[in-house]
Amino acid sequence: MRAKIFFVIIVALFAFAQFSATPARAQGPNIDDEVNRIAKGLYCPVCPNTPLDVCNTQACINWRAEIKSLLQGGKTEQQIRDIFVAKYGPQVLGAPPAEGFNWLAYVMIPAVILLGALIVWFTMRTWLVRHAPGAAPASAPEIPSEYADRIEKDLKEL
Amino acid sequence: MPRWIQILIFVIVIGVLIFFAIGLRARGELQPSVGVAPDFKITSFDGQAYQLSQLKGKVVVINFWASWCPPCRDEAPFLEKMWRQYKDRGVVFIGVDYVDTESAAKDYLKQYNITYFNGVDLGSEISQKYRIKGVPETYFVGKDGNLAGNSLGPITRDSAFMTEAQFVRKLEELLAK
Repeated sequence: MRAKIFFVIIVALFAFAQFSATPARAQGPNIDDEVNRIAKGLYCPVCPNTPLDVCNTQACINWRAEIKSLLQGGKTEQQIRDIFVAKYGPQVLGAPPAEGFNWLAYVMIPAVILLGALIVWFTMRTWLVRHAPGAAPASAPEIPSEYADRIEKDLKEL
Repeated sequence: MPRWIQILIFVIVIGVLIFFAIGLRARGELQPSVGVAPDFKITSFDGQAYQLSQLKGKVVVINFWASWCPPCRDEAPFLEKMWRQYKDRGVVFIGVDYVDTESAAKDYLKQYNITYFNGVDLGSEISQKYRIKGVPETYFVGKDGNLAGNSLGPITRDSAFMTEAQFVRKLEELLAK
């Protein structure tokens, strides 16, 4: 009898554990993870350069709650980002929108990389040409004619 | 090195310098305290709209605040008290809610029983015009529409930014002009 009761309790506990675990799995990705994922791409203007997912100010906590509420309301990530930009300004984005003067920020990095690559390429080419086997020796520096004449004259006198 | 490469390098270097110079200049700009008050339009939580430039002839107090800001809570009861005291003497109070969630902002207004005009700074446009560095900040606009000083911190009895007595003196001074 005791064994039967023990068996029933074990089965009941197992069934309860299964039942309580099932809804969490059925929800798919955890909404808090989703909130953090979206928050990671947004920045808090109150604490500069701090992504929203790691910022612990009250403002950021409120904003994460707002993201959660918007997600629960069926909004997509892009819609949430658009809402945040409209409400709080473009500075909430990790990167400025590619418009107006902001273009410079996008153009500048590739331009600097291009510049560096060009300098390296031309320097290497010049170096290789100078040091290639059979390459003509570098010409001697030109001496001003008055000095050349004087050297000639002095040599003759010797 | 070909001539066009030298020109390209020169252009890029100048571009980088201009980029950083503009960034540094923008970062170093201070909040305005004199001159024509930057104009803005703001809509309250209940849909009423105000345009600053249409308030000429009145003394305007613009207060930037947020519900998540503890010093804003320190000055909130005083500002409401001042509004009730001065509203019939041609003084307009405009509360500008800075990067805040609507529900938290409404709770804040309810908690401190704030009855003067309050609206959201949509897109942070107003705070950018006033180049605010944080909240709370308060700006005074004279009857002529010009800025007449500011307080770049909370207004409390013993504030280092502006005391309550200084606030009252400022309003009286502006009303007398």
